[in-house]
Amino acid sequence: MEPILIEGTPKTPSVKYDPEKGVIEIKGRSIPENSIEFYKPLVDWLDDYSKSPKQKTLVNVQLEYFNTSSSKCILDVFKKLETIHKSNHDVQINWYYEEDDEDMLEAGEDYESIIRVPFKMIEIVD
Amino acid sequence: MSFNIREYFDELSKGDVVIAYKGSITSDLINDVLEAVEKKLEEVNEEAKTRKKIYNVLVESLQNLYHHIEETHEGIEEDLDPKFGVLVITRIGTEYSVNTGNFINSSKIKYLKEKIDKINSLNKDELKDMYKFILNHQKLSAKGGGGLGLVDIARKTGSKLNYSFYNYNDHYYFFNLEIRI
Repeated sequence: MEPILIEGTPKTPSVKYDPEKGVIEIKGRSIPENSIEFYKPLVDWLDDYSKSPKQKTLVNVQLEYFNTSSSKCILDVFKKLETIHKSNHDVQINWYYEEDDEDMLEAGEDYESIIRVPFKMIEIVD
Repeated sequence: MSFNIREYFDELSKGDVVIAYKGSITSDLINDVLEAVEKKLEEVNEEAKTRKKIYNVLVESLQNLYHHIEETHEGIEEDLDPKFGVLVITRIGTEYSVNTGNFINSSKIKYLKEKIDKINSLNKDELKDMYKFILNHQKLSAKGGGGLGLVDIARKTGSKLNYSFYNYNDHYYFFNLEIRI
């Protein structure tokens, strides 16, 4: 499988998918008007990856902002990870949020309550 | 007296204006507004928490406009840009007031009014449940809208959505939404 490397823009996050290490990273702002265009290749990639995933997949999500259009696509990403987890592979989602950003912490907790994958909430302190 | 856009815009733009815009709501315009407002709030050393909330509200309300705005306006004689919308942010005391305005087909008012009234009737936990339900059960529209914008705004600001519908002509009302942060 080919890795994914996408640079961030003012409206879309940077993305790193490393199939060799089993590490997935989404970082920055995700506020495109139409998030499907951006996220569909990421979800499709995970669909492929889920056929023979690493024994452990580590997912780092560090978003400063995301809009509600992205929130559904992020859920789709997490649902693919849930499938991998269900097939007896380790998956760990690290949800990073900036100090005192309760809204972002709550957003992570929303996902944690919907998706059956271990989450870790990590506060970034300056 | 019938509704007049210029008077409405002038009235909104009184006081301590952070930004006031009327015209086409495009993807580029949204970028420019976000950048300008972010800069302005940093200049006045606004608290990070408040800045983030305003930014979130702006993204959702502008993208709501972007997704729902009427392309052209039948029977509207005034010379308006396509995809016409209004955004005015003012400071009122310690609060910010974010106003958006757009034409809405009379047939869509009932649905929108019911949706806002429903959101306004919910407390924090109920809003959280509604958000999670829509997130998990509704598909995104082809345009990428998810029906979550207003719920998200209400949830993050903790304030009620203030709205008005002004009759414009037989086909259209002008819809104003005010959010306090």
